[in-house]
Amino acid sequence: MALAKPDATDISNKQKIALAIGIIGLFILTLALFNTNFPNKGLFLTLALGLITLGTIIYSRDAYLTKLEGIKNDGVWFKSVSSRGIWGWIVGVILTTFYIVLYFYPKYLGLGTNGAENTGLISLFDPLSNLLSGRPASQWFVYGTLYTVAILAFGYKFILKYRHNRYQQLRTGSVMFFQLGFAFLIPEFMYVMNNDLPYYDLKSMWPLNYYIFDEWSVKGFLSNGNIGLALIVFGILSIFVISPILTYKYGKRWYCSWVCGCGGLAETAGDAFRQLSSKKMSAWKLERWLIHTVLVFSVVMTTAMIYTYLGYSKNDFWLTRGLFIALVIGFLSIVFAGVMFFKRQELGKDAKYGAIGFFIVIAVLLIMHFTGTTNHVFYIKGSTLRAAYGLYIGSIFSGVIGTGFYPILGNRSWCRFGCPMASILGFQQRLFSKFRITTNGGQCISCGNCSNSCEMGIDVRHYAQKGENIVRSSCVGCGICSAVCPRGVLKLENDSMEGRINPTEILLGNDVDLMDLVNKK
Amino acid sequence: MEHIVIIGNGISGVTAARHIRKLSDKKITVVSAETDYFFSRTALMYVYMGHMKFEHTQPYENWFWKKNRIELKKGYVKQVETESKTLHFAAGDTLKYDKLIIATGSKPNKFGWPGQDLEGVMGMYHKQDLESLEKYAPNNSICKRAVIVGGGLIGIELAEMLNSRNIPVTFLVREDSFWNGVLPEGESAMINRHIKNHHIDLRLGMNLKEIKADENGKVKSIIIQETGEEIDCDVVGLTAGVSPNIDFIKDSNIETGRGVKVNRYLETNSPDVYAIGDCAEQHEGINGRRPIEAVWYTGRMMGETLAQTICGNRIQYNPGHWFNSAKFLDIEYQTYGWVFSKPRENERHFHWKHEDDTKCITVCYDKNTNAFLGINTFGIRMRHETFDRWLTEKRDVDYVMNHLPEANFDPEFYSYFEAEILSVYNKQLQIV
Ligand SMILES: Cc1cc2nc3c(=O)[nH]c(=O)nc-3n(C[C@H](O)[C@H](O)[C@H](O)COP(=O)(O)OP(=O)(O)OC[C@H]3O[C@@H](n4cnc5c(N)ncnc54)[C@H](O)[C@@H]3O)c2cc1C
Ligand code: SF4
Ligand code: SF4
Repeated sequence: MALAKPDATDISNKQKIALAIGIIGLFILTLALFNTNFPNKGLFLTLALGLITLGTIIYSRDAYLTKLEGIKNDGVWFKSVSSRGIWGWIVGVILTTFYIVLYFYPKYLGLGTNGAENTGLISLFDPLSNLLSGRPASQWFVYGTLYTVAILAFGYKFILKYRHNRYQQLRTGSVMFFQLGFAFLIPEFMYVMNNDLPYYDLKSMWPLNYYIFDEWSVKGFLSNGNIGLALIVFGILSIFVISPILTYKYGKRWYCSWVCGCGGLAETAGDAFRQLSSKKMSAWKLERWLIHTVLVFSVVMTTAMIYTYLGYSKNDFWLTRGLFIALVIGFLSIVFAGVMFFKRQELGKDAKYGAIGFFIVIAVLLIMHFTGTTNHVFYIKGSTLRAAYGLYIGSIFSGVIGTGFYPILGNRSWCRFGCPMASILGFQQRLFSKFRITTNGGQCISCGNCSNSCEMGIDVRHYAQKGENIVRSSCVGCGICSAVCPRGVLKLENDSMEGRINPTEILLGNDVDLMDLVNKK
Repeated sequence: MEHIVIIGNGISGVTAARHIRKLSDKKITVVSAETDYFFSRTALMYVYMGHMKFEHTQPYENWFWKKNRIELKKGYVKQVETESKTLHFAAGDTLKYDKLIIATGSKPNKFGWPGQDLEGVMGMYHKQDLESLEKYAPNNSICKRAVIVGGGLIGIELAEMLNSRNIPVTFLVREDSFWNGVLPEGESAMINRHIKNHHIDLRLGMNLKEIKADENGKVKSIIIQETGEEIDCDVVGLTAGVSPNIDFIKDSNIETGRGVKVNRYLETNSPDVYAIGDCAEQHEGINGRRPIEAVWYTGRMMGETLAQTICGNRIQYNPGHWFNSAKFLDIEYQTYGWVFSKPRENERHFHWKHEDDTKCITVCYDKNTNAFLGINTFGIRMRHETFDRWLTEKRDVDYVMNHLPEANFDPEFYSYFEAEILSVYNKQLQIV
């Protein structure tokens, strides 16, 4: 339908002023980027970040507090920026460019190399970095600061937007806390306490934190006595013990929408773009191939990394290459056998793909073991493999595409298509978790608000209109589908595993005998 | 192969088609004059409000129909010939059927108001109505004010739609309180206040007298019957209820009343012709229901049921406990069982309202037997399954009030009001 778009620039004067304030803040950063040498960097940095935050705060207050509590989605598909209009593309291009420069050409941001002083944008952040950890800023410090400011300012906006919804407020408060504390401040303080320790964001676990088992990282930890050892043990525990327990009890949402930084940015700064994720069946198919491929890649890559450095240095360590490979294969086999034994039925057709995937991984690991030399696995240098992973997955996928393409692909395209962590948690959520989204009997009117606002591209309506609970590996439990449903059909909850998946043919409300007859066959 | 033709691609027709496909290999054709593909009528408002695009209202992707061998035909049926089992289309072509399902839904009521067919006057039912609203009320400089006539569920949705684009709305409601033919007094009064809090000019107890045109035949103002007041406006929304959309069969052999008359098997008087959804009229209402039930769920249930009959398992349409839901601007409403606006002879109501004036419940029970009969809930989500079970188990009202927390369906971390409700309930018992 040729919808004549209503006046989308229809914002109040106060909102215009707020926008202007924010833009001045951004402008200061832009000036710095183009090498304006500010006299008092501390002042101008404070001004820039302060104005951006202030602008966001004023804007949000005017947008939400002047209206009654409720769902505030009016016009999201009319506004250019949130509907892949011209502004959407402009923002997308700017973000993407920023990521490319950040990852590959930090010198244009002003990074001083070989001991030279920082210039440009990065130098503007020197005072803050010096204050926190006594060293000059790096491109990562700049990025981390902006990232944190974005989560805090837009988190505030999000909390106002959902001020009638405690679930939304609490989880947003939580990601704001974890970003500010765990990702931003604590690593800086850890550096102050012990500057040999590798950067470690405690909440970021393997495989999201793919570099934790890198040689330099492990060496860094191990050469730092008990604290280092404790950290690496914590790293291993968090992926093998803590995370499975929490995921069993609460679903993967405990991580993806309460703790994770990528999720945090997506839920706050990315909120305006959540409706852009594709709900097509074809997108779902692509998702399943892509995310599992990345998972396989990351398992193989990590194994190969550890494998290579276990090889040289005569190895006075009990963990030998052979033992290591055996452990990995053993672990994967136990998981695989367990799943096949307990959950064969639930998997249906997917069991076949799972099995194929499993045997490929095992085969690859064996090939690696029997063909690998000290430096080479699969006839390429181990470090090349790691570098490729870091480049294609760690940088291009998660940053450039994942965040840069917010206004085009939606705010969770990395979480959905690429994140190996999400894929592990999702696998568990699908099979061994108490979490589900319960559908309220026959109340669904198929309106599609839920699917529309699902950032993970889940066609929630597809289940709800059949009276089925939603048990999907990709669901990050953001709870927005439940919030926007005008008929109160969806509830995120943790309950017993039994009856969690409830396929129905005929919905509640119809003839009792008919429902029994048809649903029980 | 038997050819099943379904007129109407709304929820009832499409549900019937899907279930017939699940149960059989028959040839299925779905006919509609409105759109190429099934969409959710209940979501039309969200398109105008910019929450969704029209394509998002379509519950199935476009490939779904071919994959499931459900043929779609766009065209307006102007005549049904039951002897030769032929449909005649407005475009002149014809289609033969072996079995015919009439699922043509409703159309907005028009009560013969002067000026009701002027430009800028519209109902809010079909996709075409949405397009016309987009044309006459794209923003508040082209549409300086809109008047809505008729205070039902569609009327309030239309008010919310216009409000989302900052178009001032005058809302004429015939009754002296919003939807009080259905809602008990306390609830209806709460919604009145909620409407006004949204700066909608709610006029209770007012009827439309006439709609006046400007020199181009476009609406210019309306006159209120009771006061004679003239209100300038650019759009008039007629939302005074709907009635079955069956004019095209009035001169066939198929028996009609207000709707297409059907028996409990959803069969019409004419062999191999069935009717479901909004357009079907039962000879007598089932278990206290109305003969015509124009809601989404009943259309779906009739579709589910009729598919069985058509595929050889002839069964009656026998809906379970009544339920429904709606949303009044920001306040969600759900109902389970029967709660009438005024308690009937043997009934009593218990009403609780939260002090913030956006949440309340009304519980209806039998004052002699104490049997729980139904609940209306506003601003608190409740579990369909739990109430359905309690109604089947014929629980008494004390049991329900004491177990209310089990039925709570609000998102996690929401405040609970059940304890407060229970204490008010207990106090009230002492007074009675
Ligand atoms: C704005 C709005 C909001 C609503 N909200 C709710 C709600 O929240 N909850 C609820 O329970 N109900 C709601 N309803 C009611 C609900 O949408 C209807 O009960 C339901 O859509 C009826 O479905 P149906 O399949 O019987 O008919 P329809 O959906 O009306 O489909 C009939 C189709 O047949 C076509 N047709 C008619 N005659 C012919 C012909 N001669 N030739 C070819 N095609 C023809 C029509 O164009 C139409 O496409 C709402 C209705 C509206 C308009
Ligand atoms: S299904 Fe619902 S809770 Fe899960 S990711 Fe989608 S919108 Fe969020
Ligand atoms: S938002 Fe609610 S009513 Fe609408 S399709 Fe989703 S579950 Fe159904």
